[in-house]
Amino acid sequence: MTVAGGKRELPELAPPGALQLPDTVEATLPTGLTVLVIRRPTVPLVELRLRVPFAQAETTNAAVLAQTLLSGTATMSNVQIAAQLQTIGGALSVGVDPDRLLVSGNGLVSGLDRGLAILAEVLTGASYPAGEVATERERLADRIQVARSQPSHLARVALLRRMYGGHPYAVQTPEPEQVRAVGSEQLQELHAVRVQPAGATLVLVGDLDPAAALDSVAAALGGWDGAGRPVELPPTPPLAPGPLVLADRPDAVQSSLRLALPAVGRTHPDHAALQLANLVFGGYFSSRWVENIREDKGYTYGPHSAVEHAVAGSALVVAAEVATEVTAPALLETTYELGRLATLPPTAAELEQARQYALGTLQLGMSTQAGLASLASTFAGFGLRLDYLARHAEALAKATVDDVAAAATAHLAPAKAVTVVLGDATRVEAGLTGLGPVTREPA
Amino acid sequence: MSATQVPPLPTSLAAAGPALATSYPVERLTLANGLRVVLAPDRSAPVVAVAVVYDVGIRSEPPGRTGFAHLFEHLMFQGSENLEKLAHFRHVQGSGGTFNGSTHFDYTDYFEILPARALERALFLEADRMRAPVLTEANLRNQVDVVKEEIRVNVLNRPYGGFPWLKLPPVMFDTFPNAHDGYGSFADLESATVPDAAEFFETYYAAGNAVLSIAGDLDPDRARAMVERHFGDVPARPAPARPDFAEPDLTAQRRSSYEDKLAPLPAVAAAWRVPDPIRDLAGYLPYVVLAEVLTDGDASRLVERLVLRDRTVTSVGGYLGFMGEPFAVRDPTALVLQAHLPPGGSVPAVLDTIDQELDRLATDGLAPGELARTQARMVTHLLRDTDAMIGRGLTLAVLELQRGDPGLINELPRWVASVTADQLVAAAATLRADRRAAVEVVAEGAK
Repeated sequence: MTVAGGKRELPELAPPGALQLPDTVEATLPTGLTVLVIRRPTVPLVELRLRVPFAQAETTNAAVLAQTLLSGTATMSNVQIAAQLQTIGGALSVGVDPDRLLVSGNGLVSGLDRGLAILAEVLTGASYPAGEVATERERLADRIQVARSQPSHLARVALLRRMYGGHPYAVQTPEPEQVRAVGSEQLQELHAVRVQPAGATLVLVGDLDPAAALDSVAAALGGWDGAGRPVELPPTPPLAPGPLVLADRPDAVQSSLRLALPAVGRTHPDHAALQLANLVFGGYFSSRWVENIREDKGYTYGPHSAVEHAVAGSALVVAAEVATEVTAPALLETTYELGRLATLPPTAAELEQARQYALGTLQLGMSTQAGLASLASTFAGFGLRLDYLARHAEALAKATVDDVAAAATAHLAPAKAVTVVLGDATRVEAGLTGLGPVTREPA
Repeated sequence: MSATQVPPLPTSLAAAGPALATSYPVERLTLANGLRVVLAPDRSAPVVAVAVVYDVGIRSEPPGRTGFAHLFEHLMFQGSENLEKLAHFRHVQGSGGTFNGSTHFDYTDYFEILPARALERALFLEADRMRAPVLTEANLRNQVDVVKEEIRVNVLNRPYGGFPWLKLPPVMFDTFPNAHDGYGSFADLESATVPDAAEFFETYYAAGNAVLSIAGDLDPDRARAMVERHFGDVPARPAPARPDFAEPDLTAQRRSSYEDKLAPLPAVAAAWRVPDPIRDLAGYLPYVVLAEVLTDGDASRLVERLVLRDRTVTSVGGYLGFMGEPFAVRDPTALVLQAHLPPGGSVPAVLDTIDQELDRLATDGLAPGELARTQARMVTHLLRDTDAMIGRGLTLAVLELQRGDPGLINELPRWVASVTADQLVAAAATLRADRRAAVEVVAEGAK
């Protein structure tokens, strides 16, 4: 198609603004609870994130505890807790992973004091009533059973097992039968030992007066106290490259490709360069790998690659769901693009595009109450505050082609990868074997 | 700008006062070519969202071309008059932004959220493809492959794929526009041609059939000038006449089931027709609130009964429209309930219990505080959705497209709060088994 007037020029970008970081007001209560409050009065709401360290908490009990923390107290049933939270436009949810227990919620800011009082009652008095525990553990077991029919979950399970061996990160989902065996007493005991304020962080973001919010927290949660002690995780073991693990999923119409590569933590001097190298490789749509296997070859819909940070270590994880018949070719293109970046520097234009994306999306991530709350809470779990973003932005701005090339050589080389493929083994094994050694296991 | 006068609210909400309503400034203009434009300045963060919505969706696909609206959405990213393939993505992301597009029953959206400095660039990109996407055989074949992988990820290679948004409409509706598979059959996708795409663009992607919205860190005067500069010479084409997709209500219960080879647990979804969301807003709003009274959290009717007391389901959810967007859907649409059952659970028993609970609500009415607390939670959701600039931009654009008034964004919390107990109970009384369409997932993956 043509239009009179000829080629139109892409508008230039306006000059960049400085990174805008919100002010955080911080206090630590005598109990050891750290409170971070950020005023962002865009809507009359408050976002809440309570992060409690949960390293080494037994996986099954921790999972059931998260499912039943809101199931009742001495004075409130599960239904009453939910109803009272609704009255202030609120709700709470609980999640757990090998690093932390996370209570998340939001509601009308006018109901903050009431919400904190309900939270305090749960933290100091969750009773894990037998009937409710019986209901919730069955629900959790059902949900795990459903997860196990989902390829994304099965691929994740196989990858974690392959990456972490005997480390606590290796198994993050309990067996349904284990879940069904958990009773109130184990939950009460785990709660008493680990649901403690020492080392925990409460983040509030919203249309608040920070000083008044701190007072509210101190008043409501000051009585949440107990004998917490820090529990450490051992560092994650280095990845041990070896044969590709082929997890069999008979009749699958797609294969799930997963590769894990070594990475560094957020405060490591190479972190910014590694993030940029990952972007150039496959960490955003306009990357070599996505343009190759999606926009050129049509092998896949939503490939993605990201540096994942956990308290005990970081890893770069590459993931794609590809049509069964192109499983080996898709893996070949993946290792080709990794190897190309590990052995040849990116172009200056590629780096600049990735840099702008990294810097711009920092600002986007802070532009909502919910986004700010999650960022502040996540960083707090790593001993960082939002001002980390200013240092990180500076590092992103300064990284050179040589820095990024060096990071790619150190981290993206395909020889350093551990690789898992979940798919129909009878159809994909021959092709994969042509690319390298394969070990087969049931999904 | 829209009015900010606050009507009386139910007690618990009134206590929170006018702070509950938003007062986002909203400006509208219409270009000479018919393009409607909405500007919503908000300088609380240095980011801006640009959204373009077209008044075409799954329901407008021609027979034999299932999935075409979505496939065409993909083609809109494949290059345009001044932008080669891949350029759109690179320019958005290389400006520090993100992008996406999505296809709905009644509209298709395209959007970017970016640092404010990139606003004019985003307008250029959207205008270029509104003027003239480059539709080629190679790009069409590539995107048919990509869409097939999307369908495999979301439908074919996972349990409960397409449940219930693809599975309920064919049970509830009789006409092709309402009943067909919006993701499309592989046969239809593979037979799509470049001339089909050109015709679809010519008909539906007209300036007069689109709305552009810009929300965030912008100066209205400068933004208006940029819009005129980039969209002013988009050719004027009028909106096509929107067909009437109306179908009569059900007069007898409809039941269907299908086997899901991957699903480990049974599931069921049930739906009832609701009043026209646009032409009969007052009649429609009680159903929006009813869905939440039934399913929002542990204190809702069906969670308390089915999940916590009877333990006959492991989860239950309810919403308006098959995609759960109550204020972005046209008639005909439905209130949908869906539930997953434990192993060996009985779907007929669950449907019977739902009938009992609806009957109890219709007969005995609401408990004290039940309506107000549900409304309070819904207001939080509405406010939270528009705190994200992209959520605000898309909501504004669709309100303009479907209701001709983007300022209604400031009314949504009041709409929800205006529903009375009598209206809600009357709505519950209409959800009878003889008006219900239900589809059951038979869990073949359990074996």
